[in-house]
Amino acid sequence: MANLVGARLERKEDKKFLTGKGRYTADINLPNQSYAYFVRSPHARAKITKVDHSKAMKAPGVIDVFTGDSVALDKIGGLICGWKIVSHDGKDMKCPPHPVLAKDSVNFVGDHVAVVVAETLEQAKNAAELVNVSYKVQKAVTKTEDATSFETIHEGIDNNLSFDFLLGDKGKTDEAFSKADKIVKLDIINNRLIPNAMEPRAAIGDYNTSSDELTLYTASQNPHLDRLIMSAFNAVHPEHKFRIVSPDVGGGFGSKINVYAEDVVVSYASKKIGRPVKWVAERSESFMSDNHGRDHVTHAQLALKNDGKIIGMKVDTIANLGAYSLVLAAVTPTYLYAPLILGIYDIPAACCTVKGVYTNTAPTDAYRGAGRPEATYVIERIVTKAAKEIGMDQAEFRKKNFITKFPHQQCLVHNIDSGDYNAHLDKALELADYKNFENRRSQSAKKGKLRGIGFSTYFEACGVAPSAVVMSIGAGVGLWESAEVRFNPTGNVSVFTGTHSHGQSHDTTFAQIVGDKLGVAIENIDIVHGDTDKGPFGMGTYGSRSLAVGGTAIVNACDKIIAKGKKVAAKMLEGKPEDIDFKAGEFILKNSNKKKTIGEIAFACYLPGTFGDVKSPLPEGVEPGLIETSFFDPSNFSFPSGSHICEVEVDEETGETKLVKYTVVDDFGTVINPMIVEGQVYGGVAQGVGQALYENAHYDESGQLTSASYMDYTMPRADNFPQITIDYTCTPATSNPIGAKGCGEAGTIAAPAAVMNAVIDAVGSDISMPATSEKVWNALKKNGSKKAAA
Amino acid sequence: MKSFNFKSATNSKDAAKLATGRATYLAGGMTLLPAMKLRLAAYSDLINIKKIKGLSGIKVSSKSIRIGSTTTHAEVAASKEVGKSIPSLSMLAEGIGDPQVRNRGTIGGSIANNDPAADYPSACLALNATIHTNKRKILSDKFFTGMFETELKKGELIETIEFEVPEKSAYAKFPNPASRYALVGVYVAKLKKEVRVAVTGAGSSVFRSKELESVLSKNFSASAIENVNITSKGLNSDIHASPEYRAHIIKVMARKAVSSC
Repeated sequence: MANLVGARLERKEDKKFLTGKGRYTADINLPNQSYAYFVRSPHARAKITKVDHSKAMKAPGVIDVFTGDSVALDKIGGLICGWKIVSHDGKDMKCPPHPVLAKDSVNFVGDHVAVVVAETLEQAKNAAELVNVSYKVQKAVTKTEDATSFETIHEGIDNNLSFDFLLGDKGKTDEAFSKADKIVKLDIINNRLIPNAMEPRAAIGDYNTSSDELTLYTASQNPHLDRLIMSAFNAVHPEHKFRIVSPDVGGGFGSKINVYAEDVVVSYASKKIGRPVKWVAERSESFMSDNHGRDHVTHAQLALKNDGKIIGMKVDTIANLGAYSLVLAAVTPTYLYAPLILGIYDIPAACCTVKGVYTNTAPTDAYRGAGRPEATYVIERIVTKAAKEIGMDQAEFRKKNFITKFPHQQCLVHNIDSGDYNAHLDKALELADYKNFENRRSQSAKKGKLRGIGFSTYFEACGVAPSAVVMSIGAGVGLWESAEVRFNPTGNVSVFTGTHSHGQSHDTTFAQIVGDKLGVAIENIDIVHGDTDKGPFGMGTYGSRSLAVGGTAIVNACDKIIAKGKKVAAKMLEGKPEDIDFKAGEFILKNSNKKKTIGEIAFACYLPGTFGDVKSPLPEGVEPGLIETSFFDPSNFSFPSGSHICEVEVDEETGETKLVKYTVVDDFGTVINPMIVEGQVYGGVAQGVGQALYENAHYDESGQLTSASYMDYTMPRADNFPQITIDYTCTPATSNPIGAKGCGEAGTIAAPAAVMNAVIDAVGSDISMPATSEKVWNALKKNGSKKAAA
Repeated sequence: MKSFNFKSATNSKDAAKLATGRATYLAGGMTLLPAMKLRLAAYSDLINIKKIKGLSGIKVSSKSIRIGSTTTHAEVAASKEVGKSIPSLSMLAEGIGDPQVRNRGTIGGSIANNDPAADYPSACLALNATIHTNKRKILSDKFFTGMFETELKKGELIETIEFEVPEKSAYAKFPNPASRYALVGVYVAKLKKEVRVAVTGAGSSVFRSKELESVLSKNFSASAIENVNITSKGLNSDIHASPEYRAHIIKVMARKAVSSC
């Protein structure tokens, strides 16, 4: 059998998705189903004085209406922050209460106030208009930088400050700065984004009054974690009687990690009325109530010696948590961000402070890259600025400061096991034809366009995560992963993974690994995920972890299958287990022509009768069946890295920016399916370009979300992109046997800095994201462009 | 969407009879239906006018083009006669929305709705169009009265839009990056008797630019625009563009349009 690992196999899941046969939560309809519609706050901040649902209760088709009082009465717990961090003074972060239906106050536009359950969706919507909520509207704060000076929005949380985090050695860093020949300073804003998964969130609660079992269908990246949180914290239903199914999920990007109010409420409502309750978000609800991402205000400083060597770095960030703290709200701008500000440079001293603040905006949480795009944006922008200020070529400046020896213990947190940063930069410089850039710049100038080039040489910490490490810094759970490999008696294989595929192509990639490992044809392997009743407890998919952690659990379970198979084969082939070789699906007795296929061994394990002279193929002490489970806890994070080089053309008259050339060389360690990885890189780059040039979640002064539809929220589109050049270098990860480092978020992490460095290079002055035509035009006018002024 | 009665008319008279109370006409539904789905609008009756024979189709003479109100954008874009006689109008139709919108959306619906950022109203003003309704003829200069407002009376139905064939004309659009409606669209036409310049996207409703018309009447060339001062007063301000930027883009688009005439 040819090697599957490394092959550009077409995706097994494509047939169903491309022919409209995907089965998403919204496609599921249950007998006797009812429909939920949420009453949401139209105000950014208000006290609730009264919720009168008497008229709604009498409206046609209404089954019940639930409010903050109902859930309080039934002791349904609020939404939680799942990873709590500690401020530099040793105090725990402060989290406001976050009830699943607001009781006393609302804190952002879209906050969940009540739910109407009716026979049809139209009836639910009509009745929702009759729920009379009396609000006492208060002044709202939306801007990150204004939060600490605004009046307290949550009782007991002074200055709206959740935490004041510090990482690094301030004394050492100050000392480094005192020895600097030059200090480079940069103020940057990391704009707020809305994740925009193609499938809006959806949930169906289905309580079985006979068996006392509760099933929740929900678009989630991590159904087991949802069940754990909802049973342990929200007190919805005991874990052993609670099943969560996340069937096909159309994109998550981090926004489907959280347990949301709607998940809890439809489950609760189903128990209350004894019928299935279905809710599907409308797109405007997604804009308002999905977790948002990014939203940082940062001041960064870099200390340099005259020869261009970086000797220190200081970063001070304010991170907008929004109205409440969601599951990963606190870790995203702290531990997923601060350690990464060093980039791939050998920086001996650094410190980073992060203030987490509450505002009257949608809560922020993980969004593709989660902390790492923000960190990469800081380091890659300031490194570019530093190179320009000291008049050094930006590639040369980077190389002068690259880490070159591995493993490398960074001065903040990470111990980077492997990498070769010069290799991917050199390859990218060649593919991007860097040496002829100035010719291209002149060519563009002849057409009246300003051409710029930007670099982003990034790294990230993936493969989350070593449980002992993350639990020591506040994680509520360990971040191992599980797998179960189940041989069926007829020789095909069901593989259960605790990860979840919502676009990552696990059906194909994992089958390639198992196919090679066990010598089973890929069509005889089924990858099963997304149902807490099927496989063992798993942690789900985020942080580019599925292959490095979940894939390793699969590999380890396969090894256990082979080990057991050897014992059985030895009995059947009349040899010793240590004399059995396993290769390409066959157990072979050394120095003989005697062999058994793995299918024959599986069959014998399940039907241990008489096989020729062999009475029972199972040696003494070996149980029937061929099923193995493995839980893998990695020893370290994995550290993908790469070089992005972007070229843009700016129209001097209109300020319009066009991406004209984009080159990526990534080191993802071992790549299982390059075609799938390229898909991830394309999509990731597109999302990163979206942040740099187009996307922006905008709240006005009163706290209204003015970019709450596709009429106003600019998504990147296919015609915004040139063909992207993608290539690889490879230094395998040492923290997992596959050698995989993770690829799902890389594009989004690297691209914003590459694009903005290019725009700034073209325009000649600083511009904030997104670099809209008007912002660029204003900058050009300020710089004296006659065409922009004309 | 709140429930409503759906009725079809087979001629204009019947349509007008059906249009009583909280009723409205339905042609392509590209704006009406989303507004109803979002509960921004609700009607007791929708009167389908797509089945009325004679409301759809294109008639060309040497002086004018008459386009039936239920003619789709795709039909206008694909019409060889329109392409030959007023190529800028085909180009405008080709640039509206996406293929789905162009296959459903109609010219009558677009101008009756008078979205401040729609493309067709600018063509009407620049090409000195006459709007023929079931009751009367309305000159385009009188037709567009304000944001989402027109001269149409309750129950009045647009039947045909008659465009004057210009000597030269062009439409240049700078799209809103999110919606891809016109952030600014400038339609320039050199007619037999006058030069007309219509601007969409920039104000609360489509308007004629007197400054541009005045200079282009004297000298119909891009260079004539260089020294024109476009006022930003009264122009739209939103998260995508300030009035100042829109004023600048009007000038850039006008130059582009005149250059491509």
